[in-house]
Amino acid sequence: MFKKFTLAAALTFAVFSAEAQTPRYGGTIRYTAPYGTSFGGMDVHLSNRTQDELWARAIHRTLYYWDATANKAVLDLGTSVAVSGDGFVHTIKLRDDAFFHHGRKMTADDILYTFTRLMDGKKAYPGARWVRRIKGAIEVEKGEAKTISGLRKIDDFTVEMTMTERSDPGFAFMNITTAIYPADEADKESFASKPIGLGPFKFVEYVPGSRLVAEKYDRFHIKGKPYADRFVISIMGEASARDVAFRNKEIDVSILGPAQYVAYQADPNLSKNLLEVAEVFTRNMGMNLTYKPFTDKRVRQAINHAIDSELIIKRLARDKAYRAVGWLPLTSPAFDKDMKPYAFDPDRAKKLLVEAGYPDGFEFEWTASPNESWGVPIVEAVIPMLARVGIKVKIKPVEGTVLAEVARKGDFQAYIWSNTTGPDPLAVMQCYHSKTPQSACNYTLYKNEAVDKLLDEAAATSDMGKRNDLVKQANRIVFDDAPVWFFNYNKAVMAYQPWVKGLKPNATELTVQMYEDIWIDASSPAAK
Amino acid sequence: MLRYIIRRLIQTLPILLAVAAVVFLLFSVIPGTFASSLADDGKAVMDAEIMERMNKQFGLADPLHVRFANFVVNLVQLDLGTSFRTRQPVAHMLLERMWPSFQLAFAAMAIAILIGVPLGFVAAMKPGSLIDTSSIILAVSGLSLPKFWLGLLLMYLFALKLSWLPSFGYGDGHPKYLILPAIALGVSPLALLARTTRAAVLEILNADFVRTARSKGMSEAKVVRWHLARNALVIVLTTVGLQFGSVIGQAVVVEKLFAWPGLGSLLVESVSLRDIPVVQGCILMIVLFFLVINLLVDVICAMIDPRIKYS
Repeated sequence: MFKKFTLAAALTFAVFSAEAQTPRYGGTIRYTAPYGTSFGGMDVHLSNRTQDELWARAIHRTLYYWDATANKAVLDLGTSVAVSGDGFVHTIKLRDDAFFHHGRKMTADDILYTFTRLMDGKKAYPGARWVRRIKGAIEVEKGEAKTISGLRKIDDFTVEMTMTERSDPGFAFMNITTAIYPADEADKESFASKPIGLGPFKFVEYVPGSRLVAEKYDRFHIKGKPYADRFVISIMGEASARDVAFRNKEIDVSILGPAQYVAYQADPNLSKNLLEVAEVFTRNMGMNLTYKPFTDKRVRQAINHAIDSELIIKRLARDKAYRAVGWLPLTSPAFDKDMKPYAFDPDRAKKLLVEAGYPDGFEFEWTASPNESWGVPIVEAVIPMLARVGIKVKIKPVEGTVLAEVARKGDFQAYIWSNTTGPDPLAVMQCYHSKTPQSACNYTLYKNEAVDKLLDEAAATSDMGKRNDLVKQANRIVFDDAPVWFFNYNKAVMAYQPWVKGLKPNATELTVQMYEDIWIDASSPAAK
Repeated sequence: MLRYIIRRLIQTLPILLAVAAVVFLLFSVIPGTFASSLADDGKAVMDAEIMERMNKQFGLADPLHVRFANFVVNLVQLDLGTSFRTRQPVAHMLLERMWPSFQLAFAAMAIAILIGVPLGFVAAMKPGSLIDTSSIILAVSGLSLPKFWLGLLLMYLFALKLSWLPSFGYGDGHPKYLILPAIALGVSPLALLARTTRAAVLEILNADFVRTARSKGMSEAKVVRWHLARNALVIVLTTVGLQFGSVIGQAVVVEKLFAWPGLGSLLVESVSLRDIPVVQGCILMIVLFFLVINLLVDVICAMIDPRIKYS
């Protein structure tokens, strides 16, 4: 009898649980854009900032998208892709049920139009860096051709792309700066203020510096989605204000900094709804390998041994970070789980400095921005640790914009920064290829023939498993060469209200969500 | 009077040009460009070639004197240029942000004037009383309270605890969104106005002409209306003018905290993004507002006090 009752109870619970998880239609998603006090206009081709991606993902679609669950780039506006034997030609069958918000069906012409638009050299669109991977795109950029020779329309719903390298085009064309625009609308003046896209929500209004409102698009190509009727994204650059608004139930999600992370974890209610993910950003101190003490690998290794990274992560980052064990982060497809971090060992650091000819240490200038997670506060914590082994540090505080400039120009002895280390592991490791210029991403001017060889081999193979193995090997060598102090990988944390369902731990950027998957249950103040 | 106003308006032109030149030169020497700002958070790797193309497109590759000449020529034609970020006319962007900025500034000053002036007046009329002591405490607190902290406190109390008002945003333009940011911004000028009014009234109360009026048997109400209020008003109005002009510039912190879409937050973000045309436009707009408000104050003062000449 008891068994029967237990079974019945379990079944009832299972049925109710299933019902509780059945997506609900209606309501408003009240999202936040936390990375600034405005959006960069309504033409997302002009901006590669995450702040703009947050609104644009509601309105626009890209050829591919990042599947946060599968942790890979998958086709969105296509149904299948055929790759040629040599791995260069990708023939994409497009969806025939994707409609722009003005009612017209998307065709291959829109793909050709969008990519050709991005290669307009006079406009300098940030997304051009992705389209350049198609053969003949650079000629268009230089004004030597009007069409991209490697981009061909086979029929209305088939395009053929000939790439310049054997890379997965998904990594390139999932970027929002390559969002597909309607060829018949995008050149109109009105498009810059009233965007038309293929996304799950249709543009309603934008109050500059305040919010963007969009409404459900009934002809969205994924049947049955989106769930919500409206999408409102409020610009909220100030963390304390977001905290109050979140607690006051005025917004549905809020990205947390280290201090808030501790407070939310300590709260029995708020701690229930925290979404965490190891994002593909590696915080590091880059060393200028042309600057005398840093030319010696032992000096660089000594620095890695001299800093108690665990302690800084615990005390300053409040455990909102994962210890770095190489350049590629935990969520990278080529992450090497067998790698171990540099041990905190000041004696070993001293010994390495003596071997390198610096028994009394040395002094260097460390360029840092005010960022709390990878800026001056971290440098200040590191200074006494390095002083213990005889290394003196002079801080050079700069703005974030200036940091990007000095790193690109090599105008530094050392800098601290957070760099993108995903999702494409090969593209990320190419930053350590000697042929990659400093102005691109080889900021430390790293050079190692063994790494070059491995990366060249990885680029030459179409076998993704083999490619990742080669990339892992390169990552190991770079880790041993220590051109940077491997500090941590960002742990992104987002607090969400209990009525918000369908959020995914997106490792490329946690705040970037597929809004069509999000649904709001009846307990939301904006459920109707 | 009209000639006076026209002359004063003409006098603002060299000031505006000088401000524009200083801002232009300042942003020409500080490091960092808009293109490099696109990679400042390390999240996006910017292609070096595209960055160079951007600099070329925005004219940043031209020599300084060429850029300055282009800038002055455009400015004379009232063309504030195009934003590097949105690639839209700066004038258009300023127009979008101006109305919320003015709303906030007027609301903050309304609070400051409606509370600060009567409070200072009453305090001066009853020196040493409870009201006087309270007004001094309020003035000192108002001037020393950081706007950011005060704003958070207001949010916590009126939005989170009492649920009377929204904690952030511009919403659909409903006045309820304006109340908290206006209080946060208005407390500092309120305190200053209370102090100034009190000091001005106290000074006039001891003046010879007030004593004479009283000794001639004039009623207290008439003394206040004819001698005290009119004379104190000139000083108070001058303070109001100065405060009015500066609240738009001071609103940055409040705008950011309350996600209020004004000129201040646009200015700060444009500085960090090195969107130079927008920075120049915002500063010129704020300076112009300051000059116009002070011109208005001068005109009103002259209307109140016949001793002030239009010269």
